[in-house]
Amino acid sequence: MSKTLFDKVWDKHVVRKIEGGPDVLFIDRHLIHEVTSPVAFLGLKSRNIGVLYPNRTFATADHNTPTINQHLPVADPLSANQLQALETNSKQYGISHWGLGHQKNGIVHVVGPEYGITQPGATIVCGDSHTSTHGAFGAIAFGIGTSEVEMVLATQCIMQPKPKKMRINVNGKLGKGVTPKDVALFIISQLTTSGATGYFVEYAGDVFENMTMEGRMTVCNLSIEMGARGGMIAPDETTINYVKGREFSPKGEAWDKALAYYKTLKTDADAVFDKEYTFDGASIEPMITYGTNPGMGMGISHEIPDAAHVEGGAATYEKSLGYMGFHEGESMIGKKVDFVFVGSCTNGRIEDFRAFTSLVKGKHKADDVTVWLVPGSHIVESQIKEEGLLDILTEAGFVLRQPGCSACLAMNDDKVPAGKYAVSTSNRNFEGRQGPGARTMLASPLVAAAAAVTGKVTDPRTLIEELV
Amino acid sequence: MAYDKFTVLRSAAVPLPIENVDTDQIIPARFLKATERVGFGDNLFRDWRYNADNTPKADFVLNNPTYSGKILVGGKNFGSGSSREHAAWAIYDYGFRCVISSFFADIFKNNCLNIGVLPVQVSPEFAEKIFTAIHANPKTEIEVNLPEQTVTLVSTGEKESFDISPYKKENLMNGFDDIDYLLNIKSDIEEFASQLPL
Ligand code: SF4
Repeated sequence: MSKTLFDKVWDKHVVRKIEGGPDVLFIDRHLIHEVTSPVAFLGLKSRNIGVLYPNRTFATADHNTPTINQHLPVADPLSANQLQALETNSKQYGISHWGLGHQKNGIVHVVGPEYGITQPGATIVCGDSHTSTHGAFGAIAFGIGTSEVEMVLATQCIMQPKPKKMRINVNGKLGKGVTPKDVALFIISQLTTSGATGYFVEYAGDVFENMTMEGRMTVCNLSIEMGARGGMIAPDETTINYVKGREFSPKGEAWDKALAYYKTLKTDADAVFDKEYTFDGASIEPMITYGTNPGMGMGISHEIPDAAHVEGGAATYEKSLGYMGFHEGESMIGKKVDFVFVGSCTNGRIEDFRAFTSLVKGKHKADDVTVWLVPGSHIVESQIKEEGLLDILTEAGFVLRQPGCSACLAMNDDKVPAGKYAVSTSNRNFEGRQGPGARTMLASPLVAAAAAVTGKVTDPRTLIEELV
Repeated sequence: MAYDKFTVLRSAAVPLPIENVDTDQIIPARFLKATERVGFGDNLFRDWRYNADNTPKADFVLNNPTYSGKILVGGKNFGSGSSREHAAWAIYDYGFRCVISSFFADIFKNNCLNIGVLPVQVSPEFAEKIFTAIHANPKTEIEVNLPEQTVTLVSTGEKESFDISPYKKENLMNGFDDIDYLLNIKSDIEEFASQLPL
């Protein structure tokens, strides 16, 4: 029978099927961080059981960490306690631990691919919904809750009903200044935040085929924002070239074996999806959100749509726009911006900083904007320095911070104050996500750059002729 | 972690007719710093429930003594956003055992089922009926019957059935969790693992 890419990877990992229940799914790689793992380890202790395969789990500290002065002890006692718990638990159970200050430390979904932990055709889970990022490699990757973290530690399996399958095709040539982030925000604006709930998505079409691995990660990262458990893209030459030779990638004979497996990972020509959408890449423009969920996005040159065009009833729409202080029919261009955040597992990789830098080069940071540039990992941080981007950024008045999730969820001190407006390259514009009362507009690193130098929402296409 | 068995729940309900209630609202990230599962109920809907100076917001439903009960009725797409199980913990810890909505986000629904909160998905029409009934009489009782998989508006007898996998139903009715099951098939898992390509 013809199979989709998703079917192939899923079926290969089913240990057993439970009559009238979920499948028992084997997990190849498990990533943990300090926030969603402590209670899972407590569970192991109270059951008096160990970790079945410690070498399949990797720990990094990211959600709760400061992005300056990482060499100093963490000031917030609660955060320090969580970081300590991650370290102690990892040590006790023999799990690789890349804590604060460790050379391999960074955001869990950034370091996984960097070190070759992320592999095509693997099953990957983490107690963080943006685990969907790893789907860029043709892996089945999704976020889980803490009970499931405990399950994976104890048994390397979780129990999941098999989701339905959706394919989203985007073909055509992307316009000037249109990035993978815009493609993703566009798709979510079309499907709404619940449009893919119950589905696992495969992205197909030349727009994704032509993307770099980093661009694909940005797209897959945002799959969860339309309700999908995850999204994936069939591995190709681009994928294999990226994966080959990384620290935890298979080597020698194991590599040849893995390669043979990777090559089987594509949807058969006549495989059927439960749902399919097709969009024209040329019609997408740089996007920005105006509301309080990622589905409330629009082309930057458009006007804020009316309630009838937005998911949720009029009450939900009004609550959302009231929170943002925006009105139906307004243009977003020219709106005041107080904060700019470039980072997160959505847009905290080197290509994002290259894009940002290309636009701000030779310009200057607007005076009344606070800009947080937070690399996704130490590798990204060193690339920024080695490629000379830091010099350009410094010249333009910007400061580079240290790696972590930072203002993506504002668990550390990087909080946007109540009522202030932030253009953010992260993934969620929920009420209070970037700090109580903070007002978030999601956008690409280019739109963030345009805001950083003008202090306003600005169409990046109007600022430079040649965009990377 | 052990939880109370679920069979039949009859209770008044708290209405929250807002769509896309995300897990950042259910429990804001700054309250995720605990290393133990205690006290999350106090911060359930923290920013909707309290002002910045920690005084209760009078207009939020949890601060309105008219409404109470072990059932929370939410708008469509309840629990979207992050995978934090803390959202389900907060709901359980506050005292809810059941959430009713016309649509749930996937991870949230899974998390609830794993910790003993029953997510009941009803039709949009039935959800409307429930909201209307609570609006008319805040003490309106709802009966959620897990063995029969039905939800009933006690006052009128109107009833709808809901879906749940037989496996999860069995778990909830007995207070079992998935780990018990998985630990029992450990040798199968180990054999399976030895044959995987990665
Ligand atoms: S950057 Fe944001 S979305 Fe990504 S792992 Fe960190 S908190 Fe989660």
